[in-house]
Amino acid sequence: MHAFNYHRPSNVNDAAAQAVKVEAKVLAGGQSLVQAMKLRLAAPTDIVDIGMIKDLAGIKVDAKSVSIGAMTRHAEVAGSAEVQKAIPALAALAGMIGDRQVRNMGTLGGALANNDPAADYPAAVLGLGATITTTKGTHAADKFFKGLYETALKPGEIITSVSFPIPKRAAYMKFKNQASRFAIVGVFVADTGAGVRVAVTGAAPCVLRLAEMEKALGAKFAPESVANLKVKADGLNSDLHASAEYRAHLITVMAKRAVEAAMK
Amino acid sequence: MGAPLIGARIQRKEDYRFLTGAGQYTDDVTIQRQTHAVFVRSPHAHAKIRSIRKDKALKAPGVIAVFTGEDLAAAKVGGLPCGWLITDVAGQPMKEPPHPCLAQGKARYVGDHVAVVIAETLDEASDAAELVEVDYEVLAAVADASMARAKGAPQLHDVAPDNTCYVWALGDKAATDAAFAKAAHVTKLEFVNNRLIPNAIEPRAAIGLYSRAEDAYTLYVSNQNPHVERLLMAAFVLGLPEHKLRVVAPDVGGGFGSKIYLYAEDVVVTWASKQVNRPVKWTAERSESFVSDAHGRDHHTIAELAMDKDGKFLALRVKTTANMGAYLSTFASAIPTILYATLLAGQYTTPAIHVEVTAVFTNTAPVDAYRGAGRPEATYVVERLVETAAREMKLDPAEIRRRNFIKQFPYQTPVALLYDIGDYEATMAAAIKLADVAGFPQRRKEAEARGKLRGLGYAAYIEACGIAPSAVAGALGARAGLFEAGEIRVHPTGSVTVFTGSHSHGQGHETTFAQVVADRFGLPIESVDIVHGDTSKVLFGMGTYGSRSLAVGGTAIVKAMDKIIAKGKKIAAHLLEAAEGDIEYDRGVFKVAGTDKQKMFGEVAFAAYVPHNYPHDKLEPGLNENAFYDPSNFTFPAGTYVCEVEIDRETGTTKVVNFTAVDDFGKIVNPMIVEGQVHGGITQGIGQALTEGCRYDATGQLTTGSFMDYCIPRADDVPSYKVDTRETACTHNPLGVKGCGEAGAIGAPAALMNAITDALGIKDLPMPATPQTVWKALQSKKAA
Amino acid sequence: MAIRVSMKVNGKAVSVEVEARTLLVTFIRENLRLTGTHVGCDTAQCGACTVHMNGKAVKSCSILAMQAEGAEILTIEGLAKADGTLHAMQAAFKENHGLQCGFCTPGMVMNAVDFAKRHPNASELQVRESLEGNLCRCTGYHNIVKSIVAGSKAMAAGK
Repeated sequence: MHAFNYHRPSNVNDAAAQAVKVEAKVLAGGQSLVQAMKLRLAAPTDIVDIGMIKDLAGIKVDAKSVSIGAMTRHAEVAGSAEVQKAIPALAALAGMIGDRQVRNMGTLGGALANNDPAADYPAAVLGLGATITTTKGTHAADKFFKGLYETALKPGEIITSVSFPIPKRAAYMKFKNQASRFAIVGVFVADTGAGVRVAVTGAAPCVLRLAEMEKALGAKFAPESVANLKVKADGLNSDLHASAEYRAHLITVMAKRAVEAAMK
Repeated sequence: MGAPLIGARIQRKEDYRFLTGAGQYTDDVTIQRQTHAVFVRSPHAHAKIRSIRKDKALKAPGVIAVFTGEDLAAAKVGGLPCGWLITDVAGQPMKEPPHPCLAQGKARYVGDHVAVVIAETLDEASDAAELVEVDYEVLAAVADASMARAKGAPQLHDVAPDNTCYVWALGDKAATDAAFAKAAHVTKLEFVNNRLIPNAIEPRAAIGLYSRAEDAYTLYVSNQNPHVERLLMAAFVLGLPEHKLRVVAPDVGGGFGSKIYLYAEDVVVTWASKQVNRPVKWTAERSESFVSDAHGRDHHTIAELAMDKDGKFLALRVKTTANMGAYLSTFASAIPTILYATLLAGQYTTPAIHVEVTAVFTNTAPVDAYRGAGRPEATYVVERLVETAAREMKLDPAEIRRRNFIKQFPYQTPVALLYDIGDYEATMAAAIKLADVAGFPQRRKEAEARGKLRGLGYAAYIEACGIAPSAVAGALGARAGLFEAGEIRVHPTGSVTVFTGSHSHGQGHETTFAQVVADRFGLPIESVDIVHGDTSKVLFGMGTYGSRSLAVGGTAIVKAMDKIIAKGKKIAAHLLEAAEGDIEYDRGVFKVAGTDKQKMFGEVAFAAYVPHNYPHDKLEPGLNENAFYDPSNFTFPAGTYVCEVEIDRETGTTKVVNFTAVDDFGKIVNPMIVEGQVHGGITQGIGQALTEGCRYDATGQLTTGSFMDYCIPRADDVPSYKVDTRETACTHNPLGVKGCGEAGAIGAPAALMNAITDALGIKDLPMPATPQTVWKALQSKKAA
Repeated sequence: MAIRVSMKVNGKAVSVEVEARTLLVTFIRENLRLTGTHVGCDTAQCGACTVHMNGKAVKSCSILAMQAEGAEILTIEGLAKADGTLHAMQAAFKENHGLQCGFCTPGMVMNAVDFAKRHPNASELQVRESLEGNLCRCTGYHNIVKSIVAGSKAMAAGK
């Protein structure tokens, strides 16, 4: 790991000010960032550690939404009785991220800001049409994920919380890379009450929605509505674990299984 | 005299320290004033090194020294030797290109050592390593063994035209060809035995330490055979007398073959410790392990089995190309020859066998022994062929094996080995029963109802362990002996320290060996301690690999115990005023035959060290003996594995739902430890078949260079296993033991691939059978 | 950039000035010389570095020492009783031959203790899934799973 200047702000405004530097990085749980720094793939000049800022973590549930603080650990979301009741698919997804130890450190805000193409949380955020609140305002999920490791966040802008609308029913199905356990394909299906949203992670450079599937499921929310919908392989990722064609096929299979699970 | 200890499930003596964090692995060792080494490695698979500039690195904070291949050459540090000379079909010695510890002129694989930076701290050494400027001229590379001899392929070494190390053959070609000519049926398969990366969880590490006061070196190293490491490094690389080099392999966190070898890093830290006159420590990062540990397997094979109309095997013909990597690692040349071709008879009476092996150099990390070493590859050839033959001839796979099993022992195979004993039919019958093969059709039906494809596969493996009779090995090209040494030091109060040349890196020798000694001496196991892994303590040793520890190292200890008992009888005879010939010995009791006059082991020991009443005219005082044991034959563990898989048609995911192993390891000292070895071996075998596939791309870049892309099995990838043993005692060692460390890794891949091809209803599938591979096979089947 | 970091490790307060880039595992191994916590990979998969931070299993190779400021850390060295008696989970690993070379063992045990606290009656399948973040190359997991099932029961029984 390269050397860096370390900052430990006590409030989010100080953090935002320190993070505005060009080569600064915000450190949340560190489960991706510390790894990248260790392998010398990332070499920030400044690390702004927001781990000690108290009001950034926590879960609030009301009749319409689940609001989760950016520094809330995956394990807390997975284990929250309230989340399990309000949006079981979200709790289940959080429980599939990384492994137990990673879930005890990794955070929602960190995962979204990093926007790894194979991360799980982006699928839930996009699939549920969540709203991301930052130090500078709010972002709709549909406008937040911009591309490979790219988001709408500006330098110095820090995620503070995410609000997930409670759907009628939803489910997440993940086909894991055997080695890394990241998603080769992860499909989040949500019947929001005002339409169906289908978000896919792992398959492409960035999380995306599948309009055709949404339409089919909007007409009839049933596995058979998507079981024979072939997804085009164009633009999907291809690597030694899964070709674009295989990923395309898995999207259909995982979508079908997600619908089955959501209907249970 | 306590209960018998042989055959008892004794909890391990070594566990307390490992469970409380008190183990001492090499990286746990810190020496005063130690410095840290970081290696600059080639990012290219094949490149000329035009120049190396050290000046920026040398000026970086904390940097003490930077060394390159030129420095080593100037200091006359030799290259890494290969320990086994293969003589080719034309009677010529194999090609042995120089294997410099730091590259000289050319880098030949990604990860090849180009320079070393030594600094006060690890961070400083890492920072400075980025400042070493290497000017590379990138050359075309070849990574695929099957392309290495192609016309126009990039050439690695001037001394090895066509990248060929050797073309070697074994068996009677004429007889084999004749048998094929009259065969009623021939089964043919062509496949790749996939390249694997060993990945012991403890990365390799080494600390070199030079003492000016003694003009001597100490090397702490994560290694499976410290005496061999010392011999090779002292005699062949550094030109030191052996007594000036002490090698300590403390607790070692798994080896699986990958820590047998003398590596460049070990040499460099040892040599550099004198140059900088401070200890030099190096610990591999996992990403370094991936590119620089010796890899395993990597065969391309065409195999044919000739049969008569009843499925009786007439002949086997095998052609294999084996990838050696860029240089010859310590035992690389012996793996696809001596440890592979000789096992191709399997458990069968196949009368004629011919095998030809071509070993080639490629721009990849060196390839050497990895758990099983040649024998998994041989078993895969034989057992995939046999299962496929059964299917083609519409015979039950168990039945075709039964028709061909060797039933008379000793049995001389057509590929040089003499099997001493076995009962293959009984072993297979036990496996069939334990696996409930009879219930399989029902289970398959139930799986179909759940939308799953279920398949069952067998593998009846054999291996040659207890390596090796030195004279035989020498005749076959070994440049070392393969005996083992042991020493028994009986203390005055009757407790015992045992020194063994075997090395434990997970096998539990501290327990198993103590059981053997405590049982024979009638002592509680707490009274026996085992010492290994330090050339300054242990008299000599050839180390642990090839499942040889108990069969060879254990026998050396038994031989030393024999001497202790012989001397003890003389002492007891004196104490009991009886004739030596009248003394009987049984588990710690020296008794005058036919009387109740006796002396206990402790009393005899005490007399030896407090020799007031002692036969000084005939005997020296003290009770300390050592022995060397050179086996008269290999041992031949064998077993039958039955694997059942379920495949998800939609995703191609394979789940191992049942795995049954019945092994004949001869006598068993500690069944708990033996089962653990089988579990671990099977899991590595499942890894080879399902998840582990080392890949280099066409430019020689390793694309599976971390656990993010290279998958060793996790707990939820494997089932709990059903394991059992049968026993035909080895006929030529006193313990009757055969060895158990590699069996699982040898038998499992074939069993698994037989099950998968059964489930899919296809002839063959490449390993690893990843979900994508299986899915593609299902797609092609659908299309066909 | 050297900064003072303070935390409690195995019940003992420690305060050391270290470079900001020091990983928690490096701090534990090199600064405190508690070498039972191991490093087996550089991509956070092997879990040999698992310790408890504020009562939860975490991978100390993926955390800066700075992130543990003020935390309570428990390492394998702090698990057994002061008189050396093994913790129930350690004892279960010994009884069930849940370790071979011992290198992954501290991480396995630390993860298992945390898991067992939260899932006292876990099934074999749950135990296998709980080990997603721990690699072992020796045991094939068979006896590790047995050990954790037994250790969990013993812990629940207050042993």
